Amino acid sequence: MTINAVEMKNISKSFGSVKANDSIDFSVKKGEIHCLLGENGAGKSTLVKILFGLYNKDQGQIKINNKPVKINNPAGAIKEKMGMIHQHFMLVDRFSIIENIIAGQEPTRTWGTSIDKKKAAVKVKEISQNFGFDLDPEALIENLSVGEQQRVEIMKALYREAEILILDEPTAVLTPQETEELFEIMESLKEDNKTIIFITHKLNETMEIADRITILRDGKKIGTVNKNDTTPQKLANMMVGREVLLDLEKSSKNPGKEIFSIKNLSYKNPVSGLELNEINISFKKGEIVGLAGVEGNGQLELEEIIAGLKAPDSGEILFNSQKITKVSTRERRNMGLAHIPSDRNKYGLVGNFSLAKNILLGSEWNPEFKNKFMIDFDYLNNYTDQILKEYDVRFSGKNSRASELSGGNQQKLIIGRELSRGAEFVLAAQPTRGVDIGAIEFIHRQLLKIREEDKAVFLISAELDELMSLSDRILVIYEGNIVARGKVEDFDQEELGLLMAGHSREER
Amino acid sequence: MNVLGTIFSINTLAAAIRLVVPIALAAVGGAFSERSGVINIGLEGMILTGAFAGAVGSYYSGSAFFGVLAALAAGAILGLLFSFFTIDLEADHVVAGVGINILSLGFTTWLMQVIWGQKGASPQVAGLPEIKIPILADLPLLGDLLASNSPIVYLMFIIVISSWYLLFKTPLGLRIRFTGEHPEAADTLGINIRFIKYFSVTLSGVLAALGGSYLSLGHLNWFSSNMSAGRGYMALAANIFGQWNPLGGFAASMLFAFTDAVQMRLQGMNLNIASEFIQMLPYVLTVLILAGAVIRSRPPAALGSHYKSNK
Repeated sequence: MTINAVEMKNISKSFGSVKANDSIDFSVKKGEIHCLLGENGAGKSTLVKILFGLYNKDQGQIKINNKPVKINNPAGAIKEKMGMIHQHFMLVDRFSIIENIIAGQEPTRTWGTSIDKKKAAVKVKEISQNFGFDLDPEALIENLSVGEQQRVEIMKALYREAEILILDEPTAVLTPQETEELFEIMESLKEDNKTIIFITHKLNETMEIADRITILRDGKKIGTVNKNDTTPQKLANMMVGREVLLDLEKSSKNPGKEIFSIKNLSYKNPVSGLELNEINISFKKGEIVGLAGVEGNGQLELEEIIAGLKAPDSGEILFNSQKITKVSTRERRNMGLAHIPSDRNKYGLVGNFSLAKNILLGSEWNPEFKNKFMIDFDYLNNYTDQILKEYDVRFSGKNSRASELSGGNQQKLIIGRELSRGAEFVLAAQPTRGVDIGAIEFIHRQLLKIREEDKAVFLISAELDELMSLSDRILVIYEGNIVARGKVEDFDQEELGLLMAGHSREER
Repeated sequence: MNVLGTIFSINTLAAAIRLVVPIALAAVGGAFSERSGVINIGLEGMILTGAFAGAVGSYYSGSAFFGVLAALAAGAILGLLFSFFTIDLEADHVVAGVGINILSLGFTTWLMQVIWGQKGASPQVAGLPEIKIPILADLPLLGDLLASNSPIVYLMFIIVISSWYLLFKTPLGLRIRFTGEHPEAADTLGINIRFIKYFSVTLSGVLAALGGSYLSLGHLNWFSSNMSAGRGYMALAANIFGQWNPLGGFAASMLFAFTDAVQMRLQGMNLNIASEFIQMLPYVLTVLILAGAVIRSRPPAALGSHYKSNK
C-alpha cells in the first residue's frame, strides 16, 4: 500500500458568503510532485493554508502519513514536518539569511541563553551546500535576488526538517531561467524522497514538473489526473469549465505610419537610483510593441513617464507628431492615450467606489457625463451597464464596489473604461497580471482587436508567452537600457529569458 | 566663561544621570513594545501611573520597596490593558495610547483626591535610600558620578544592558524583532506572535512604571499631579532617535536629560532670559530630534499594523 503523505477529506471553508473551499478531497502520495492547478480564486491557496494551519477549516479531516492530525497553527504543521514556501516571501529584508532561517528554532549555547550563531551557521551552510545553493549565511535578505530569496525560503523549510513542501505559486516572481533552476531543485528534493505540493495556474509548468495534477475551480475539486494521461488543452478546459483557445489567431498586417514616439528619453529614479538611458521607441498604427524585462528594470518608470505621471529628465515624447513631454495626464488622455496601469489597485481603480464611479474616473470633465453642473448619473449608469456587458465584467450586485471584484474582473473593468474612450495609443502594462486564464484569453483578444482597428499598443509584460503571441516587435529592457530589439520572429523564449537576465546576445 | 564652566561641570552630569532614569527606562520599554510592532505612545501615562502607584504603595506600607513593587504591578496592569486593546481588539495604537495617557492623568488626579484629599501633591512618603558602592566611590570622576545614588539608578544601567542583550542576542529577542518586522513570517515559523506582543508591551509598561516610581520615590518623596510632565513623549523620541535599540535609547535619553540639567542650572544663574524660554529647551530638542533624525530612521516594518493568525 502506498502511503499518502497528505490526505485531506471533505474540506470546506467560507469567507463571509464566499465558499472558498467546498467539500474538497485532496491526497498526495509520498515522494511525488503534485500540482494543484486552478485559476485565481479557485481555492488553491485557501486549501494549502488550511493544511499549513494558517486558516481554520469549517469542516473536514486531515491525515498526514495515514495518521489523523489536528493542525491549529503553523507550529503544528511544522511539527508534522511540513514546510511552506509562500508566494509573497515570508522574509525580513533587513535580517541576515541565518536570522531568517533560525527564528523560532534557534540553537542556543549549552550554558546560556544566547543564540549560538556558529552552530546555526554550520547547519545553514550544510543545507545550502547539499542543494548547491551557494549562499553566504551572513548576507542580508535585501541584497539578494528574488531567486536567491526563494532559496532561503526553501532552506527555512529544510532547516525544520520538512518532509512535505508546499510551494504556493513559486514561479510567479521568477525569470524563465530561475524557474528552470527551481525545477531542478524540486527534482533533487524529490530524489531525496520529499513530497512536494506545487501550486500554479500555468499549464506549461504543470506539464513540465508534475507527477499528478489536481484541478480546482470555484472552490470545488474538478478532478485528479496523471500528467501522462492529459494534455494542456484538457487541463485548461477543466480549469475554466469551458473550451479555451490557447492559441491566438493573429492576422499578418503591415503597420501604418508612426503615431507615438519616444526620443532620447532619460530619467533617473531619485529613490532607487535606476536610470533610463536614452530610450528611443517608435510606435506605428496597427502594431503591438512588446517590452520584455524582469520587473524593476525601468518598466515602471517608462510607464509612468508615458502616462504623464512623471516628467523625464531629458528627451521628448511625440503623439501624432505633437510634443507632449510637458503635457498633463488629463490632456494626454484627451488626445487619445489609454493607460492600463501595472498596479491596478493603486492607479487603476478606487476600491471603495462603485463600478460606475470607477468607469467615470478620468472622464469626469467630459461634457458627455455632465448635466449642467452635476454628474448625469442616469447616463453614467447606462454607459456603465454597456461596458460591463461588452467587456464581460462579472459582479455580484448592482452596487458592488470595485474592491469586491476578482482580479480578472477588475482588470476587465479598467480595460473597458480605457478602450471605450476611443484611444489611439494604448499603454498596457502587465495587463494580465494576477488574472485568471479565462480573463487572459479575453484581454488578449481585446488587445488584438485594437490592433485590427489600426491603433498602436505598447505592451509591457513579464510574461514571455504573452509577449511572443501578441507582439509584432519586441524590445528587451535591462537596467534601464533597451538591450535588444527586433521582430518577434527573431527571438525565441530562451533567448529572451537570457537577455532579460542581462546576458548580451554576443555572449552566447 | 563662568556660564559654560557651570554648564559643563561634573555636577550637571550627575544631575543628568538622576534626570535620565524615567526617560531611559521608558525608552527601553518603548524599544520592546515597538520592536514587537506596537507603537507605545502610552508610555507617558505608564510613567505617571508608576509614579502614583509607587507613592501610594509607600504611603500605605511605609516602605519604599513595596512602593516600587506596587508601581511594577500597576505598570503591568496598564501594559496588559494596552495589549488587550491593541492586540486583541485591534485598536489603532496611537488612539489607544492617547487613551492610556488620558486615563492615567484623570485616574491619578481623582485618586489623589480620594486618598489624600488634596489635588496638587501627596504628603511625603518613605523614599528609597541612596546606596553607596564602595569600589566605585574610590574611582576619580566616576566616583563622583555614580558612587551614591538611588538603587533604581543602578538598576537602570543593568536593565539597559540586559535589555540590549535580550533583544539582540537571545532567541526571545530575535522573535520579538521578527514579529515587529513581519508578523506573518513569524507566524509561519511557528512563533506565537500574540504571546510575543503581550510580553513586549507588558514589559514596556513595567519598565515605564519603574521609571515613574523613581520620580516619586527616588528623585522626590511625594507624588504630584501630572508628575511625568511629558517624559513619556521624550522617551518615545529617544527610542526612535536611538534606533529602537536600548543602548541608543539610553544615549538619546542622556541627551535630553543633560539638556534638562543645563536648563535647571541656567535657571539658577539669574541670567537675563525669561525662565520660560530656558524651560523650553528639552522640549524644543524633542521636537527637533523627532522632526530631523526620525526622517532618516527605519522603524520596524510592521510597526502600527495588526495581524491575527488563524483566520
